[in-house]
Amino acid sequence: MASAGKIGHRLLPPPFSNYVLNDAYDEMFTGDSATRPHYEELYQRLLSVPAEELHRRKQEADLSFLHQGITFTVYGREEGTERIFPHDLLPRIITAAEWSTIERGLTQRITALNLFLRDIYHEGKILADGTVPRELVYSCKQFRRQMRGLQVPRDIYVTVVGSDLIRTPDGRFVVLEDNLRVPSGVSYMLTSRQVMKRVFPNLFQRCGVRSIDHYSTALLSTLRSIAPEGRNDPVIVLLTPGVYNSAYFEHAYLARQMGIELVEGRDLVVHDNVVYMRNTAGLRRVDVIYRRIDDDFIDPLAFRADSILGVAGLFNAYRAGNVVLANAVGTGVADDKALYAYVPKIIRYYLNEDPVLDNVETFLMTNRSEREHVCHNLQKFVVKAVGESGGYGMLIGPHSTAAQREDFRARIQADPRNYIAQPTIMLSRAPCFIDGQVEPRHVDLRPYVLFGERVTIVPGGLTRVALRKGSLVVNSSQGGGSKDTWVLQE
Amino acid sequence: MLSRVADSLYWTSRYLERAEHSARLIDVHLNMMIDQSFLSSDQRWRQVAASLGTPLADDSTLDAHSIARALTFDPTNRSSIVSCITAARENARQVREQISSEMWHQLNRLFHQVRRPGTEEAWSSQPLEFLYAVREGAHLFQGLTDSTMSHGEGWHFIQVGRFLERANATATLLDVHFSEHSLNPDELAGHLEYIEWIALLKSCTAFEAYCKVYTAELRPVRIAEFLMLNPEFPHSLRFAADMLHTALDAVAEASPTRKAGRVEKLTGKMRASLSFSHIEEILSGGIHPYLTNIQRQCSQMHSAVNQVYITYPIQSALEA
Repeated sequence: MASAGKIGHRLLPPPFSNYVLNDAYDEMFTGDSATRPHYEELYQRLLSVPAEELHRRKQEADLSFLHQGITFTVYGREEGTERIFPHDLLPRIITAAEWSTIERGLTQRITALNLFLRDIYHEGKILADGTVPRELVYSCKQFRRQMRGLQVPRDIYVTVVGSDLIRTPDGRFVVLEDNLRVPSGVSYMLTSRQVMKRVFPNLFQRCGVRSIDHYSTALLSTLRSIAPEGRNDPVIVLLTPGVYNSAYFEHAYLARQMGIELVEGRDLVVHDNVVYMRNTAGLRRVDVIYRRIDDDFIDPLAFRADSILGVAGLFNAYRAGNVVLANAVGTGVADDKALYAYVPKIIRYYLNEDPVLDNVETFLMTNRSEREHVCHNLQKFVVKAVGESGGYGMLIGPHSTAAQREDFRARIQADPRNYIAQPTIMLSRAPCFIDGQVEPRHVDLRPYVLFGERVTIVPGGLTRVALRKGSLVVNSSQGGGSKDTWVLQE
Repeated sequence: MLSRVADSLYWTSRYLERAEHSARLIDVHLNMMIDQSFLSSDQRWRQVAASLGTPLADDSTLDAHSIARALTFDPTNRSSIVSCITAARENARQVREQISSEMWHQLNRLFHQVRRPGTEEAWSSQPLEFLYAVREGAHLFQGLTDSTMSHGEGWHFIQVGRFLERANATATLLDVHFSEHSLNPDELAGHLEYIEWIALLKSCTAFEAYCKVYTAELRPVRIAEFLMLNPEFPHSLRFAADMLHTALDAVAEASPTRKAGRVEKLTGKMRASLSFSHIEEILSGGIHPYLTNIQRQCSQMHSAVNQVYITYPIQSALEA
């Protein structure tokens, strides 16, 4: 590790005095000395702008988030506690070449996963061939037998995907996990760009940053393209669990951007397998539902009977083909963390191609030798529950106590199917503006993929950053924040 | 528009109107306590509570200060000022994307202002400041509503909430007041009663407006006439009825349903009665039954709007 304020042999001037490199890949500096070319413009700018000026811009950005009400809800506190999403002032920059790899890799991955979902809910060829173990699919809590044989319009199961990418110390992007159910965070990508445009207007042009403003339009036309046959001017709505949901801001934001109605379960009724929304002028038929409610809660008749967020009879209307749900029901089986280990095989099976983006090495606890290896070396691994997300239910070996490890060892032994382990990976680090200084912090990247008639990936994404020094956890519920993500034209 | 959205807009504005009305009434009566009066202060505050539609039980032993405090802060009293502002904000939060951000911002600020820790203590020493802030906050919200939100269907539901609440609250207030003070035609208010009549006018922000029409000579019958039948004064019953009629007409036009006639009949009836009656006719039939009838009509109107636009049975909508 280099000493304070030093990179290789070069002493860094303020505000980089605290910038210390370590084994992690650094987004801004190469290992020996130099600034990476695509960060040069930002680097020079940071050297020339006085700290007070940066500070002022940071406050300006924070205020703008506050006034727009860009908040999320923290669970486990007083009902409906809203917080501002912490935002870092400095952009994370991605070159055109890197982006083109990401784009190819994600397109390939989503195409294959969609074929996989089609297959397991119909013929099940991949299971018959033994490429993916049958019991792994059928034991997944997210597998919905109600979807067996159900004809999904245009065979599109996953309309909106957010996959989490990380960068390994050798600089490669790899996929950490897929979110095929109801991925969130895209509103932070969009609003953070709006704010950054006001804070650094000149830098955008000088760097040649690609625009992401068309996301909402692209989402709308993707939803339009999956409407039921014969509904030429489909009525599209966004179904939210309501104001107490942590992502309510995003639901309202997207509905407004697309100009569609934001509905709750109680606004919809099903009659004769047709879904209507309750308007002041009477009932209006609904054709496409971009739902931001989990499978479990969507219809108390088909799934959890105690759900009051859903719509009774919705699943039958869906089965009858009178309404389209995006994403389809039962897609969670393909982002199960144990199934994740099979995604490279799934890609080869359906597309006959090598994966463009690699997976992180994953140990399945159902496999006896792998389980024993992991249980003996828990301090080296990250253990995750297969169905959880948002940083809940995981153990980070190197940062854990003996008691926590013992607890997880017992849990793994009790229910091996529910856990996987991955080696602790040093996420790459990007410069962040912290207390008047620029310091490196760990980041990941979540691009958003839209899958309708074609695959659309807006050039950008949500870069999440672990703002606590040394922390590897980027989730907003665990002290993470976000950064704007700049994809360059060339 | 979504029925739920219309409902939330209606309640946001109705609750805020109620908060503003309560703040004004409490403000006026706190001021009255400074002057000499034939009412004991406990009696006065029982009357205020009754005028706000939350009469106290006969055996209640609350003193004036406790009543005023309960009407302002009590979270278990759903009509207290703080409860109303909380409810208004909660409703607005549900439809945040439907109202302008200026409106949301203002309501949110008012909410945080009245819930700030220490507010209750500050109120004990400086109640008028608090009440002024509530009224000003509510007025700001109404002004922002009129100038930053499209005057479409949603705005009309806001108008319905505001004026239905105003009509009902004014009728209740008048009813309580007239039951305590005599209404002999052409009699001047007696010396001790004089300030009570001023209080009534001020409770409806009507003192100056009344004087412009009838001079400062306070005649109870003219006061009744002004507060009930004046077509131009925004806190008169007739004005509220006119605004309700206009707003519900606009709603019916924006959302045509077969049942709209039911609402129209009610608004038309109330409006006709207030437009074409003389105060003498009303007095000869008894002012109490008349005002009770207005309150009943308000509640019928609320139910009709609810059943026609918000919670209609699905079957009836499918047949249409």
